[in-house]
Amino acid sequence: MSEPAVVVENVSKRFRMYRDRNQSLKQTVLQRRRAKYDDYWALRDVSFEIPQGTTFGLIGENGSGKSTMLKCIARILRPDEGSIRTRGTLAALLELGSGFHPELSGRENVYLNGAILGLTRKDIDRRFDEIVDFSGIEQFIDQPVKNYSTGMYVRLGFSVAINVDPDILLVDEVLAVGDAAFQQKCLEKFNDYRRDGKTVVLVSHAMGTLRTMCDDIVWIEKGRQIESGASPEATIDEYLDRGHEERTVDESGATRWGTGEAQVGAVEIIDAGGQQTSLVHTGDDVIVRLHWVAHERVERPVFGLGIETVEGVVVTSTSTRGVAGVPDVLTPGASFVDFRLPKLMLLPGAYDLQVSLTDHTMVHTYDFLRHSLRFDVESGTPREVGGIVSLGGSWHGPPSDVTPKPVPPSVTRGA
Amino acid sequence: MSSLGELRKSRELLVNLTMRDVRSRYKRTVLGNVWSLVNPLAAMLIYTLVFGFFLKITPKPGDPSGLNVFALWLLCGLLPWTFLSGGIGVGMSALLNNANLVLKVYLPRSVLVASAVLALGVTFAIEMGVLSGVILAFGSNVLLHVPIALFFMVLLALFAMGLGLGLSVANVYFRDTQHFIAIFLQIWFYLTPILYPLTYVQDKQDLLAKQGHHIPMVLLFKLNPAEHFVTAFRNLLYDNKLPTLADTAACLLSATVAMVIGAWVFRTYEGRLAEEL
Repeated sequence: MSEPAVVVENVSKRFRMYRDRNQSLKQTVLQRRRAKYDDYWALRDVSFEIPQGTTFGLIGENGSGKSTMLKCIARILRPDEGSIRTRGTLAALLELGSGFHPELSGRENVYLNGAILGLTRKDIDRRFDEIVDFSGIEQFIDQPVKNYSTGMYVRLGFSVAINVDPDILLVDEVLAVGDAAFQQKCLEKFNDYRRDGKTVVLVSHAMGTLRTMCDDIVWIEKGRQIESGASPEATIDEYLDRGHEERTVDESGATRWGTGEAQVGAVEIIDAGGQQTSLVHTGDDVIVRLHWVAHERVERPVFGLGIETVEGVVVTSTSTRGVAGVPDVLTPGASFVDFRLPKLMLLPGAYDLQVSLTDHTMVHTYDFLRHSLRFDVESGTPREVGGIVSLGGSWHGPPSDVTPKPVPPSVTRGA
Repeated sequence: MSSLGELRKSRELLVNLTMRDVRSRYKRTVLGNVWSLVNPLAAMLIYTLVFGFFLKITPKPGDPSGLNVFALWLLCGLLPWTFLSGGIGVGMSALLNNANLVLKVYLPRSVLVASAVLALGVTFAIEMGVLSGVILAFGSNVLLHVPIALFFMVLLALFAMGLGLGLSVANVYFRDTQHFIAIFLQIWFYLTPILYPLTYVQDKQDLLAKQGHHIPMVLLFKLNPAEHFVTAFRNLLYDNKLPTLADTAACLLSATVAMVIGAWVFRTYEGRLAEEL
């Protein structure tokens, strides 16, 4: 744990943006140079350290340079300035099934791809069964991979890559492969990695995944590192809010943006006794009250309400779109709308509310408040073992007039 | 990671990539690996017809083997040449053909060039094996010289690899390279005494000298590294004798120089490969 797994020091990477690219000798000789180009700094003076055993996220918009950073760590690109030091073996999942040869069988390709990723033949012999098992395509393993479906191809590629078992794993947007069951398996594998003290570097746009997986995050914008909040949570929030220019942060810590023709005022939780509160119990009858202020006439407004856990998992989001009983026009002035939950099914924990006020297309945002209110849920009825929500189910034994037949447990294997 | 471990892994990778090329080359063909023998056979037939029969090129009989078969004499030079020109060709385009690997995975990129040349080397070895068998059937005992021929094959492979390494990066920066090299190889082929013996050049030089034109043609021909390889292989297989020290030295030197320069060029320009591809 002492030394960091990856040290990135003042790394800059320059690309040449060719104005009239010529790869022919004639033009080069005639023009006395290869091509006119402008320098484009994809990375500028980026420095960070990744401690061993952590999961590290790189975020940024498309073209911000985060994938370039990953390729520099993977040694595919060479930085023009600065240095990158890595400790331990390294494998990059930038593309799955790189180097698969379509005419060769799955088996042959496992060995080939494994060798490309740095495994020895002995390593692959030992892990072969595990690799094939993980991919779930045992019966096709001796077929040429050109006959594979895209899903099978990618799954085999992923299985080889994940079984390379490097000290540092670099992953670029490849988590979104395969069906739901396979994705689940991949996430479990990543968790194993984390538990084994391996270092993982992720590039992703899936903020939810990053939120739950990453111990630390670096945000790259136009090639430069953005200094941001200490916690990865805060960095992600800031990143998500950033796309909206006129955002403000009010005194309660909520972020808001929007054009402001009408705004959401206070957000309140009101218990069954009509009292404002921030502590409710599972099963309570509660009302979420959204106060609004209209500065001008607003036609067909849509109020939106989202409930998230503090980890950022969206429990539900709902809106007044197409709902009767809410105002069709907001006239200058102030009032409120209520969202009533006759039986709050949230299980104990802390939750955040997001509220929004948009036009009927839900594209134009008058006002959006992230983290407008945090409230706590304490245990009530129903009382359940764990999770976020209760589904209100109940347990029963067999009815007295039924004689149960013995049913042996069946063994099923995950696909 | 220790550089020794890196080297071992590169070797495994080299073997794997070579096998990929070898296995996939004749996949889905009815004749399979027989094709690797059909090509030189067809070339031999047509060259023998044109140069051995119509143009009556008559090389000296093998000394001391006593062989006097134009087709065999031709193959002893043609097979190494085919490997050399083919090796330069596949080595040169190895980076372009494996662009997906260069762009998406880190691996020692020189392995891509080396494996392409080696895969062709496997074919070359088979061809040479068959040729040795045929020569043996014609009554000349070449078996003793096979290990030495193998040594020269390794030198030839290194020579091709060195050229391939240098040209492969050049080809990434300038796609003209492959077209230029295709023409160059054609010229090189005819300027190497493969279809005709070097004695013909000597005769012409003597003839011109009598007319008062002193052109050191043989010397110029001797500057061509391929000439020394062809001569060495003909000595070993056709004549059944050891190559001269001068030829051996020339082969060793050209393989070394090609590798040193090729590796240097490759290492110098390797850094920006992923951007230029």
